[in-house]
Amino acid sequence: MRPFLFSKSSAINQALAKKNNTTQYIAGGTNLVDLMKKNIAEPESLVDITSTLSAKIEPTAKGLQIGAMVRNTALANDATVMAKFPLVSKAILAGASPQIRNMASTGGNLLQRTRCPYFYDVTTPCNKRKPDSGCSAIHGENRMNAIVGYSEQCVAVHPSDLCVALAALDATVKTQDKSGKTQSIAFKGFHRLPGTTPEKDNNLPANALIHSIELTENSFAKNCAYVKVRDRDSYAFALVSVAAALNLKGNQIVEARLASGGVAHKPWRWFEAEQFLKGKTANAANFEAAANIAIKGLKPLSHNGFKVLMLKGAIETALQQCLNP
Amino acid sequence: MKQEYNFSRRFFLKTSSALGALAFIPKGVKAFYEEVKNFIVPKKEQLPLTISINKKSYAIKADTRTTLLDLLREDLNLTGAKKGCDHGQCGACTVHIDGERVLSCLTLAATVPGKEVTTIEGLANGDQLHPMQQAFIECDGFQCGYCTPGQIMSAVACVKEGHTKSVAEIKEFMSGNLCRCGAYNGIVESIQKVAAQ
Repeated sequence: MRPFLFSKSSAINQALAKKNNTTQYIAGGTNLVDLMKKNIAEPESLVDITSTLSAKIEPTAKGLQIGAMVRNTALANDATVMAKFPLVSKAILAGASPQIRNMASTGGNLLQRTRCPYFYDVTTPCNKRKPDSGCSAIHGENRMNAIVGYSEQCVAVHPSDLCVALAALDATVKTQDKSGKTQSIAFKGFHRLPGTTPEKDNNLPANALIHSIELTENSFAKNCAYVKVRDRDSYAFALVSVAAALNLKGNQIVEARLASGGVAHKPWRWFEAEQFLKGKTANAANFEAAANIAIKGLKPLSHNGFKVLMLKGAIETALQQCLNP
Repeated sequence: MKQEYNFSRRFFLKTSSALGALAFIPKGVKAFYEEVKNFIVPKKEQLPLTISINKKSYAIKADTRTTLLDLLREDLNLTGAKKGCDHGQCGACTVHIDGERVLSCLTLAATVPGKEVTTIEGLANGDQLHPMQQAFIECDGFQCGYCTPGQIMSAVACVKEGHTKSVAEIKEFMSGNLCRCGAYNGIVESIQKVAAQ
């Protein structure tokens, strides 16, 4: 690990004043410390922000504000979150281990880096780790990689489960930068597709911090599900995952939300399938039709063709589970 | 005896003029030199830390890069917590911070002051084993024993959290602790035993 200077910040302005290109913030550290051990992240100084940012979940006029420092376990177990946004709880509990969830922060969950094996292997080229060095995964071991939205430069996927739920629920990311300026970024615009700049995972402004996440009250609490398919029963990253939520009036679908992890460089929304389900009867035939719309035109890589049918099954299962949560 | 110095007049003139010249090097060059030096020789920082472990306070200096696991094992000789993968994938290093189970291999020691750390060494009450330690012995909760301190720390937390309603729930909430001997059935049994007490 490269040596670094360490400091703590108790106020957000103080933490922001310390930020530059060679400084990184540390909260839970579950991803950053690992990346530093592998010499993938090499900050010259670390600023501990665990006592800088809010660890509170507070009601707002429209819904809920989740402080960036709320630990994953606390978020999943929060009574209001479980009652009004159970999809968030379900997604968190499908990810990592209890130890990691006790450590990891909400803000850090959004900013975690990909688990593409080549990103982690510093002896191989990787455009995300070292721009313009090439992508080893596109013609390499890519069974865990993307099936949609990727580019010639990068086929990595975003590893978060929480973010899939937040994408499905149209959350908002609130940021604050050095000048004190705050910004609200719609969740679907927060993470990026790789394009020609795969080194950039998201649109967090330069030298800014995630302050909090906002959720707006919705009618999806009753009928939602998170289905995660992985190599073992627990404690593994998703091959594919599906967050599904239905707003039902009797047997009719008023509105549907469908998002996936493990398929793209960002949490992926299946907008066309959602549109199809609107106004339809909630039954197996329509769920299958929606799944078929989602998988239409997907372009798997050399080793992950299996993900397409797996995704179809996961979408149908998740929608069925919405009816019997 | 008279001490002989081998510094010649020429050496003195050479060195003193070189030192003199140094003062006239433009600031930009000096800054550049500093930059290069910082790049090649990164700044190391030793932090004075006061950390409470098993209700005992330790004052120690540690490099900023030190993880809590390395501090415990290498500096404080508390070798109960084990280094398995060192990347947060196996759970062998599990300890409690403020009563919650965490991975000490992904925790920087610098972030721990002000918190209470409990390791496997702090579980027993004198010669009286913790009920979970006793249960692991009685239920064959281990074979080689390497993952056991992490398993026990995790198991204690699992019971405290109340995730013991079914075998499936215990397995799900113990999934962060791997056991290559495959003592899982004994571990689940140990947890059920303690949860029932």
